Amino acid sequence: MRSLLFKSLLEGSAVIAPPQPGSAAVTELAEALGQQAHARLGRSLAIREVDAGSCNGCELEIHAINNPVYDAERFGLKFVASPRHADVLLVTGPVTWNMRQALERTYAAMPSPKWVVALGDCAANCGVFTGSYACAGAVKDIIPVDLHIGGCPPPPLEILKGLLALVNEMTK
Amino acid sequence: MKRPVPTAAAALATKLRAGPDGFIRLQIDERDWIGLAMGCAQGLQDLLALWVDDDAAHMGLGVPALKLRIIVSVPLKRGSFPSVAKNHPAACRLERSIRDLHGVEPKGLPDQRNWMDHGKWPSPPPSLKKDAARRDAAYAFLATEGEGLHQIAVGPVHAGIIEPGHFRFSVNGEAVVRLEERFGYTHKGIAALCKGADIATAARIAARISGDSTVAYSYAYALAIEAALKWRPPPRAILLRGIMAEIERLSHHVNDVGAICNDASVVVLHAHCTLLREDILRTANQCFGHRMMMDRIVPGGVAADLSAAGAEAIQALLARCATNFEAVVRVYDEAPSLQDRTVSTGNVSAELARRFGAGGHVGRASGRAFDTRLNFPYGPYEALDFAMALHAGGDVDARVWVRIEEVRSSMALIRQMLKLLVPGPLMSVMPRARASEGAAMVEGFRGDIFVTVRLDDRARLVNFYARDPSCFQWPLLEAAIEGNIVADFPLCNKSFNCSYSGHDM
Repeated sequence: MRSLLFKSLLEGSAVIAPPQPGSAAVTELAEALGQQAHARLGRSLAIREVDAGSCNGCELEIHAINNPVYDAERFGLKFVASPRHADVLLVTGPVTWNMRQALERTYAAMPSPKWVVALGDCAANCGVFTGSYACAGAVKDIIPVDLHIGGCPPPPLEILKGLLALVNEMTK
Repeated sequence: MKRPVPTAAAALATKLRAGPDGFIRLQIDERDWIGLAMGCAQGLQDLLALWVDDDAAHMGLGVPALKLRIIVSVPLKRGSFPSVAKNHPAACRLERSIRDLHGVEPKGLPDQRNWMDHGKWPSPPPSLKKDAARRDAAYAFLATEGEGLHQIAVGPVHAGIIEPGHFRFSVNGEAVVRLEERFGYTHKGIAALCKGADIATAARIAARISGDSTVAYSYAYALAIEAALKWRPPPRAILLRGIMAEIERLSHHVNDVGAICNDASVVVLHAHCTLLREDILRTANQCFGHRMMMDRIVPGGVAADLSAAGAEAIQALLARCATNFEAVVRVYDEAPSLQDRTVSTGNVSAELARRFGAGGHVGRASGRAFDTRLNFPYGPYEALDFAMALHAGGDVDARVWVRIEEVRSSMALIRQMLKLLVPGPLMSVMPRARASEGAAMVEGFRGDIFVTVRLDDRARLVNFYARDPSCFQWPLLEAAIEGNIVADFPLCNKSFNCSYSGHDM
């Protein structure tokens, strides 16, 4: 254990330089947030993630933004265990009929002001699962969405850029 | 009907020749069907898969010792077939899914509750028989009685960043008396979406059955299509497939070893393992243009080549990986506080692993010596040399060690394949389409994936079925947690790391 800790100290940090907020995300958010953008949240967002039917690909890349390379917490992005503690609902997957109620209830359980980010192509438009009897629709068909982060799955850097845009716009 | 007796698949399959996919196909009657189910329960063969297609029920069976795989079919009688689960419980959830999705009745199915159908679909699955009764949304969990028992309901939305599913714990103080799982939340109607689709469209869907096993699913799907069409991918593609499959395995095993340590509160190992995983995914992206190598294996070959620089990047990755991962392993091996959590926690007996035909690290940590790559080799594995990671402990620790050893063997396999790589085409031309079928098994990081397809003469899918390794592992998690404390559930769960999306389809 000691050698591993020494190695961590000596090798320095793996973390990358902070990326610029995604420009597409900034545009979408300016439109979506409007006046709400003045909410007093400081530079911090508590995020509750809900998989509403994804293939788990998006979850893997969301996990990756917490690794020491992207280190999302340095930007005040923190994942929380309960919707009661969350500012942002991060949703993946086409919303299946079997998950629709759970998604609606999770959203309802969040205190206002609250924002929704739809992550991945399925969350945006059901992706390859379009037209299935088992899918209720894209996230925006079920709850209001403020920001889309596209990709199948979006790489961690893109997720980070989108969420950074959200922090910036909301706390302007 | 004469009384069925336990039947060995091997006895029915004598003198029959296997198709190009390695599966013998056989029409049988209900008596033999029941007999084979009894044979599964007795350990004469493993149940590989169970599905319904038009007017027949099909069962995939395997006898690894004899290198025998067989698909038996029994015609449906008035929309029903004899339940396999009645004699062989491993089939129970598969048959509950069949009832929900096809309206076909497994006669004698011991558990009549719904599974995929939560009573929420506005229109029925297109596969459902016209006159089939729709399922009720009501769902009764198994009762637990006793003084001091209480229940903890968890999910479908979990506390972490994970897939949705419901766990119902019945608890006495800290000890779990019973865990009952409920799934189906991520059911996306994948089989129905593939029906009528062309080969390329269905390939993209198959790659998203379980995103963490996207390479393995694309691989299994490609093999099944190629078997149906007698389509031979070029040698370079065969090796590149193997390299991608092993990189995928590496990325997950490394990650899960770290995540298990994290659940035992040794966060520093988790941090090192996530760094390693990031290194692996970046290299995959650099080599194949996608971090998870999604849609890179396609029927007929591969959709991305490996450049000389890419091959060097992989060699360099393996060198870093060997050093960094072994540092993690040393700490795991020497930390009593960590082993205190993992040793003798979440036990799965060899007998249960055998009865449920549990594949992957779950089976191999409980002494079930099965690895598709060795027992039913395909593609590059026919020419590669490696030893099976096999342990008998059956606990979280044994599953960790199986994964550690598989990290090592995956690295060795990638090195072997890089050496064999010669220039050549990446795709071969698709043969003329014809009405045909094919099946395949591929060893994903989680275990054996089974895929079968049936095509029409315009190369469109008439039937698609996939069975995730999790189908035979999830039930064992219920057994593994029994008598353990609630706080050890994340540890047990992570050591299995079953798929929800792959199970729900």
